[in-house]
Amino acid sequence: MVKLSLPQEEYVVGGHVGCLGCGAVLAMRYLLKGLGPRTILSIPACCWAVLTGSYPRAYLNVPFVNTAFESTGASIAGIRAALDIRGVEDVTVVGFAGDGGTADIGLQALSGMLERGDNAIYVMYDNEAYMNTGTQRSGSTPLGAWTTTTPVGGAGRGKEQPKKDMMGIILAHRVPYAATASVAFPEDLVRKARKAREIAGPTFLHIFSPCPPGWRFSSEKSVEIARLAVDAKVFPLYEVEEGTYRINRNPRKPIPVSDYMSLQERFGHLTKKMMELFQAEVDRNWEMLLRMVEITEEKPLWG
Amino acid sequence: MTGNVAQAWGAKLARAQVIAAYPITPQTTIVERLSDFIAKGELQAKYLTVESEHSAMQACISASLAGARTYTATSSQGLLLMHELLHWASGQRTPVVMGVVNRAVGPPWNIWVDHTDTMAQRDTNWIQAYCENNQEVLDMVIQAYKIGEDAEISLPVMIMEDAFYLSHTAEPVEIPHPTLVDAFLPTFHPRHVLDVDEPLGFNVLAGPDLYEEFRFQLAHAMEATATRIPEVDEEFERSFGRSWGGLMERYRCEDADVVLIAVGTATSTARVVVDGLRDSGVKAGLAKLRFFRPFPREDIKHLAGEVDSITVLDRSYTGTYGGAIYTEVVASVKEIPHSPKVRGFYAGLGGRDLSPEVIKDCMMETLKAEESGVVWADVREFQEV
Ligand SMILES: Cc1ncc(C[n+]2csc(CCOP(=O)(O)OP(=O)(O)O)c2C)c(N)n1
Ligand code: SF4
Repeated sequence: MVKLSLPQEEYVVGGHVGCLGCGAVLAMRYLLKGLGPRTILSIPACCWAVLTGSYPRAYLNVPFVNTAFESTGASIAGIRAALDIRGVEDVTVVGFAGDGGTADIGLQALSGMLERGDNAIYVMYDNEAYMNTGTQRSGSTPLGAWTTTTPVGGAGRGKEQPKKDMMGIILAHRVPYAATASVAFPEDLVRKARKAREIAGPTFLHIFSPCPPGWRFSSEKSVEIARLAVDAKVFPLYEVEEGTYRINRNPRKPIPVSDYMSLQERFGHLTKKMMELFQAEVDRNWEMLLRMVEITEEKPLWG
Repeated sequence: MTGNVAQAWGAKLARAQVIAAYPITPQTTIVERLSDFIAKGELQAKYLTVESEHSAMQACISASLAGARTYTATSSQGLLLMHELLHWASGQRTPVVMGVVNRAVGPPWNIWVDHTDTMAQRDTNWIQAYCENNQEVLDMVIQAYKIGEDAEISLPVMIMEDAFYLSHTAEPVEIPHPTLVDAFLPTFHPRHVLDVDEPLGFNVLAGPDLYEEFRFQLAHAMEATATRIPEVDEEFERSFGRSWGGLMERYRCEDADVVLIAVGTATSTARVVVDGLRDSGVKAGLAKLRFFRPFPREDIKHLAGEVDSITVLDRSYTGTYGGAIYTEVVASVKEIPHSPKVRGFYAGLGGRDLSPEVIKDCMMETLKAEESGVVWADVREFQEV
């Protein structure tokens, strides 16, 4: 067995009210292990807005501010501007938002911040639905998944649209660095956090964060499910640096999506035909990724 | 200079450090001028060209929490888009200063003066000052920082100017000397900031056992402004030799039979009307509301103890019975034993000219009226087309 080489420091304090097996808690833990104590966080409405604590308690050991749901991009731009004009250096400014707060309601402020080139890291922890409000669909909910607003039964067959390609949207802004990461691969996550920290410009981390109550699986399976998502190519680990794509984990023995999905009740209703559709979507995305790696190997798309 | 240039000069002299704004007519020349100041190196500030007013307000709030003095400006639809964040700014106790050019709210589209945009934000716990001329605009932007950043207050402030009448009309304005402004307005040092050396969490949850106390503190801070605002104006007078009064300015109200209550540029016209009425033997007066938040409740109550008839002019329609100012005036006068008759008039909406005749008619009608009530003063007969 290989021992993980993660920093020992903890910035997420015990006692928070995260559900057992919460992937989002792991995402924050590993992120901050990578970024260290000179970090300021802006957190919009999402599960993490609750996890930060109730007055007068706070469960993070770095300064943070809870902000409006839709404006994380503008919030971190403002913090950075203030630090710059005050001459405060060597501080990492981070927006830490859910998939709803990023892919849906916060997309405009995020796009503005990326386009202006503000020096901050935007992290989207992806639990693939609005969990804080009780598992409603988001643009990042995958095809076929059950949520409370994409019900199953009667005419309902789960979400009818595929997952929004947030990395694609981010990369259309030609950012210097964007990467996917997973709570099942903490060393990779920590490395990517550090990489983003070193870049003076807008960077983006998309962290896959399983949610036991929202995805309907038992809480000890979070890391396993996150690992299966990578190995089934449902959520590939890759990074794009100055227009060059790199895959960080190429599963030697890829597994079918059904192995990943069968552990989660939210996909429990999927017929064989819907599984095939899902597999085709995953294969198409993987093909595209391989093509991007190939194309940019010779010449970066930008940078 | 125009009112908009006066706004920009106010922010420049106050040494705003982070400016985030989004263009909207008739506010644009404020932010254009500020961009110029920064480009020419005359103002050391970060200008964030945000993608919306919503983000402008968010950027200012977060920058303020990170220790910077902030400024933004907007108007009408832009202000409405900010609404949720206006509550965040006051709830977080960030003393953001915002210039607002009062413009009608659509639909139908209309870019002319009307106070509905800011009156619709009266419940957001922002301090609201309405200006009569461009000198007042410049001076009040500087005062706004002094009031809002006061440790006991720590609240955001809006400084209003009427679309076009002030925003685009040039008047002689004296520019205070920067060293005097620096002496009057020290650098911004908030009690709590986002600081990696002293990690604090802002805006964590507060349940039913605590939330009300947070709101109570907010109310308390707004109450404190009622005494602080006149003090700041007195300090301002000592530094610059100019004074604007407290929450409300009285003009020829002594022994008056009828007093008009109004805000903004209509008060200039009203001064002429009052003079004319006095000349013709009618004992008229004017009470200019300089601030709508905090509402000058005590000033109004004193006034109500001295006159029998009050005319209230509302250049806004907010869907209430009686305009925004009318309802607050009525609520205040009801707190004294023999409250006077109060007549409310909607007039001058969407830039319609508030002529001396209209204002005079409102006051004369008030004198004649039997009881309190509300009237649309200058509405024309509506015809279906
Ligand atoms: C303007 C606004 N609309 C709606 C809400 C209600 N709301 C709070 S959190 C949330 C969902 C958050 O979802 P996501 O960003 O995916 O984070 P998660 O809760 O899943 O961690 C919603 C809809 C809000 N706080 N503000
Ligand atoms: S609902 Fe899901 S994301 Fe939210 S705290 Fe629980 S496990 Fe974490």
